[in-house]
Amino acid sequence: MMQLPCPYCGVRDEDEFRFGGQSHITRPDLNCSDAEWADYLFCRDNPKGVNFERWLHAFGCGRWFNLARHTVTHEILACYRMGEPKPNVTGGAA
Amino acid sequence: MKRYSALSLLAGALTGHRRWTQAWRTPELRNSYDVVLVGAGGHGLATAYYLAKKHGIKNIAILEKGHLGGGSVGRNTQVTRSNYFWPESAAFFDHSLKLYESMSVDLNFNVMLSQRGILTLAHSHHDLEALRRWANAIQVNRIDSELLTPGDVKRIAPLMRMDGRYPVHGGFIQRRGGISRHDAVAWAYARAASALGVDIIQQCEVTGLTIAGNRIRGVETSRGPIATSKLALCVAGHTSVLAAMAGIRVPVNSMTLQAMVSEPIKPCLDTIVLSPIVHMYVSQSDRGEIVLGGGADVYTSYSQRGGVPVLQDTVSALTELFPAFSRLRLMRQWAGIVDITPDTTPLMGKTPVEGLYISGGWGTGGYKAIPAGGDTMAYTIANDSPHPLITSFGLDRFASGALIDEGAASGVAH
Repeated sequence: MMQLPCPYCGVRDEDEFRFGGQSHITRPDLNCSDAEWADYLFCRDNPKGVNFERWLHAFGCGRWFNLARHTVTHEILACYRMGEPKPNVTGGAA
Repeated sequence: MKRYSALSLLAGALTGHRRWTQAWRTPELRNSYDVVLVGAGGHGLATAYYLAKKHGIKNIAILEKGHLGGGSVGRNTQVTRSNYFWPESAAFFDHSLKLYESMSVDLNFNVMLSQRGILTLAHSHHDLEALRRWANAIQVNRIDSELLTPGDVKRIAPLMRMDGRYPVHGGFIQRRGGISRHDAVAWAYARAASALGVDIIQQCEVTGLTIAGNRIRGVETSRGPIATSKLALCVAGHTSVLAAMAGIRVPVNSMTLQAMVSEPIKPCLDTIVLSPIVHMYVSQSDRGEIVLGGGADVYTSYSQRGGVPVLQDTVSALTELFPAFSRLRLMRQWAGIVDITPDTTPLMGKTPVEGLYISGGWGTGGYKAIPAGGDTMAYTIANDSPHPLITSFGLDRFASGALIDEGAASGVAH
């Protein structure tokens, strides 16, 4: 069981949360090319390593927050609120 | 290649099984090949076989960072079926099922295909309406599917609880669907490809791609550089990682998909049962184990370990539908990485880099696609043009908007 730290409620089991995909995606200018728009809609970093991602504490406070999580070890390297800048996190135990 | 037959089996038995030879060669790595395939899983091995068999290209290396058949081809639940909704997927996956039907003869290797039917359940009137539409679409695609009443379902799977928490309102069956031995499929293609001259190189990890003038020139590996003008990525859960070496972003999310088996029991379930709504599918292996799986762990992960919540959901769905199985003990639980695309249709064909091809995005259904994936990729590589069956599976569909939103890809609601 993965345990995730909600910045509002503390550490809870993973089945209280819903994954919301990659964080810090900026919508391109609406005059952009089809390829840029497709990249914005469909392509994600999907790293084997540290992923910056959104989570929703669905069965808890109902609020969104960000995690930096290692996708191989599932180690949580940072937890921060929506709107806060991406923390400088690299590495992880793997 | 030494042919296997009843006589060779008998001869093997009479000599105490001491004279069997290796099924494939262990070749020395050379420094140049006409085609390099990354990944000795089902798709890499099948692609190599069809390149050598149908297109006469035999100077091929398959590079595998671990061991042959150690990834998703050895971790899936062995289901083959072609009960897809959209014409593009139906044509591709039925081609695959037909190749499965003749595989044991074609490759001279018993893959133990058992076409026991795949039964999809409806748990409400509305489910049944949706299944009716799905089953009719399959028939329009000229593939077999039959709607079933609750009585039919009960006759096919007598152990099923019809009026429990998930009442059974009916279902549909594709009788040509079935299971086969997944390791045997990898071994069969490996043996046949090796006999045609393909070099299968295990313990050789790709660390970089050599690209000059937007053309593939070679590949960097843990065992040194290799020159090639054609390279295909057949790496299941690592498509993003490998494509990034060529600076290509692919629309996939890598997640963990788990499966589990019980202790072996006597034969009691002779079809595959799938419940889209409670997210569980189950069959009984030839060894008697109850094999079950469910949904993916829905977050990005390369861990190859499944989480407990999905395991609990899958097992509780099984025991609701089959109360008799509640006393069985689970023997093993494992997971693989699945690359899920936004429309759950695979990514196949050419890439923006000349000579670089991709066979990925197989999501939760790569196993059933192995023969057709290999056949069509081999054509694509040999002709530098996508096979007619996969023209709509290209990377360009995301910019053009021609998605194939295949809800039937996993057979379950995501």
